[in-house]
Amino acid sequence: MTLSKTVLFNLTTTLLLLAGQAFAAVHDVREGDSIQAAVEAAQPGDTILVHPGIYRETVYVDKDDITLRGMVVEGEWPNLEGDKTLNDAILYSGNGFTVEWFKITHYKGNAIMGQAGNNFSIRNNWIVDTGVYGIFPEFGENGLIENNVLSGIEDAAIYVGMCDYIDVRNNRVFENVAGIEIENSRHALVEGNIAHDNTGGILVFITPGLPIKTSYDAIVRRNTVINNNTPNFAIPGSLVSTIPAGTGIIVNSGDDVVIEDNIITGNNTAGIIVTSQDFATGVAGDPASDPNPDRVQILDNVMFNNGGDPATEVKALMLTQFSTTGPDILAYKGAAEAERESCVSRKSAYRTYGLEEWGDCTSPTVRAADAVGSAPALAGTTRDVTTKMLPEPATPRVITVDANGAKLVYQGICAGCHTYNIRMIGPPVMAIKAQYGDDATAIAQYIAAPEKKRPDFPTMPPQDHLSEDMRLEVAKYMLELNK
Amino acid sequence: MRILLISLLLWAQGSASADMFELSPFCPPALRLDDAGRCTLHSQYQAYGSLYDKGVGGLKTGLPPVRDGFTPQQIDLGRLLFFDPLLSRDGSVACSSCHDPALGFSDGRTRSVGVQGTPVERSAPSLWNVAFLERLLWDGSKQTLEEQLQGPLYAPNEMGGDPQTLLTTLQDNANYRHLFASAFDDQPLALDQVYTALAAFESSLISLNSRYDLYAHGVHSALTANEKEGLNVFRSFVARCAECHTPPLFTNQQIAVLGVPEAEGRPLDPGAAATTGDASQRGGFRVPSLRNIALTAPYMHAGNFASLRETAAFYTGGRGHAVPEGEELNLHWHIWDPQLSDRELDRLVDFLMTLTDQSFLPEIPPALPSGLHPARAPGVATGGSHALNIHTAPIAQQKALP
Repeated sequence: MTLSKTVLFNLTTTLLLLAGQAFAAVHDVREGDSIQAAVEAAQPGDTILVHPGIYRETVYVDKDDITLRGMVVEGEWPNLEGDKTLNDAILYSGNGFTVEWFKITHYKGNAIMGQAGNNFSIRNNWIVDTGVYGIFPEFGENGLIENNVLSGIEDAAIYVGMCDYIDVRNNRVFENVAGIEIENSRHALVEGNIAHDNTGGILVFITPGLPIKTSYDAIVRRNTVINNNTPNFAIPGSLVSTIPAGTGIIVNSGDDVVIEDNIITGNNTAGIIVTSQDFATGVAGDPASDPNPDRVQILDNVMFNNGGDPATEVKALMLTQFSTTGPDILAYKGAAEAERESCVSRKSAYRTYGLEEWGDCTSPTVRAADAVGSAPALAGTTRDVTTKMLPEPATPRVITVDANGAKLVYQGICAGCHTYNIRMIGPPVMAIKAQYGDDATAIAQYIAAPEKKRPDFPTMPPQDHLSEDMRLEVAKYMLELNK
Repeated sequence: MRILLISLLLWAQGSASADMFELSPFCPPALRLDDAGRCTLHSQYQAYGSLYDKGVGGLKTGLPPVRDGFTPQQIDLGRLLFFDPLLSRDGSVACSSCHDPALGFSDGRTRSVGVQGTPVERSAPSLWNVAFLERLLWDGSKQTLEEQLQGPLYAPNEMGGDPQTLLTTLQDNANYRHLFASAFDDQPLALDQVYTALAAFESSLISLNSRYDLYAHGVHSALTANEKEGLNVFRSFVARCAECHTPPLFTNQQIAVLGVPEAEGRPLDPGAAATTGDASQRGGFRVPSLRNIALTAPYMHAGNFASLRETAAFYTGGRGHAVPEGEELNLHWHIWDPQLSDRELDRLVDFLMTLTDQSFLPEIPPALPSGLHPARAPGVATGGSHALNIHTAPIAQQKALP
């Protein structure tokens, strides 16, 4: 390659790269079209813009950096409609997935279900009666769930399961069994949500029998948790089927949970329940799961009119204190013990049960000056924590096109047929090296569309599923093998 | 095949010793020899992470910690031992009798059968990918392969041996004396070496190269429309399969109480509760991996579901529908009544078939140091040296199939 050609080549490459970044495609989908077809056509970085209309399908996104955006026009929403025959509206496993501005109705399983997608954003969706769950990210790292409105869900409207670094903020959840549930997850901020008229408003759980065992570091802050008195309509056998109606916030085994600056009123069993796993019954034991909630901090929360008509088991507890109404705060069994190191601020302000051994985590008085953005952190509050999401996105999960990636591909695929010096299904690497010398390019070309070469060997299956660059890296790797 | 044999023989003859049995200095295909002379796993999945290294998640999710780092010689010795009936009390069965490579390292039986035809309590689990499992056996009661394999070796109704006899038998065999010495630095032959070698071989049984895997790595044409539909049923929150059979291994490695029926006339198997003493785990079993599941019928611990279709249908039969009268089991919360349609069950089976990959199937030894024939599961044609890797296509070949 001459110098000028090299420059030209580099320039072209640069332009192509720039084009790839600057002109991520927008795929328009209109009523009658398939959203899934647009997903199939999309490349990472693309946006799928769905216009108003009814869409009856399950959309699944198994590639990275795809945005599904509904276009709301004069109050008309794009509506994913499950007719109670489809299972899930949206399934995703890719990283960097965004879904926003959809109305999702009448599915059987979930509205939006994620499995291991990191760096997700689920925003501004309107979800009604989508079956078991509404929004359900699982095994994800670094995600945002905000401004969604969900109702009519049989389990948790917003469920965050086995995830890390998640913000759930400014959502409205009502007439569900559970409003928001953080389960076996760490580093969660649940802030500014309105949870009303559910069976239970906000849950922080450790459930035994899951592969990731802990739930810690959650802040439940500035939520409005009111009138969560809907009779429990969960599926029998499900974990939330044991939640008593009238529960505002329930911490079941979760550790290091801070409950602060919430308004919790009109919940007929209790405002806040902190309990060990003996509260939810009927689950098989798991010795690797710590049943007790440790270091729960209930800071200042506005609570009144809770416990007006407590569920039977709570009523029985309260009768031992000669009361027929439920408490603002209930610490049950293991959660009540001093060794949990839990604390409550302004304890005497509330009607409580089981807080005798809890410490005092005195909250400071917050003044206007403390609330402005530039104010220094106020000790005894979490005001300086603005998010639990990561400052940088979670690491992408890609097989890199380099020697390291090539080693994994070679060993994962090629080594099934080729060893260094023994004949297997394919010829030994030694023989291939003898034929090709150091011409990796020729090998990279050949393996994309192999033809029968050696009479005593079967034709090699094509490896055109690998990119040209990756084929070259793998070929180079193979030629460098010496044992 | 003949050519393979000849080349192996030529290689063996060319090596330093004139003995008939020499151990391979090469790692099995999924593994690669590192500078310390150990075989370590290399897989595309290692390019991905997983939360807390638990190896559970979605498509592009890393694997759990793997048991590797054995030497090629230890693995190869393990292979010989695995097929050798010399390890049983009466020379009638070997590990491979119940874990036959032709049957997904299971045996095709409802319940396995040990020495002199004595039945074993449960169905033989597959050994594919056991290198990743943190607990073993149906009841999850063993943590390491070395610990686990001593069970069948010495159980009277399985291989029926006893440690002292086994040790003496191996010490009395000149071939084995030589092979153990070469695999274990000329140390005196000891039972721990037997366990290590068997664990080494079992850990080399890696299956991560299915058409599903190709899809997971981003080649979406690897699955048909029906199979993708099945994948979506599988991971949907209606069927909930993926909640416990979680990728990439298709197990979350937990104990789950499903309320699976026993074979006609058999009492309820207490499962994990029998070893942990925790009554709440009654009827609880380790969630098995579904990789190569199409090869390992019949299914469940009791082995009384003949087909994948029948097994999938169990989950839509209603919560607790097969729990015997009078039993109060703590059924898993995901066991419910998803009302899957016939079409959905068919698609689930389509998807499960895409998890088949035997591209790294080991070769059955053409001959054994004991002089005995390699043991096979009943009904498996024994062609002595008939290597199975001839009829196992690598993924891209499988992909080309209709």
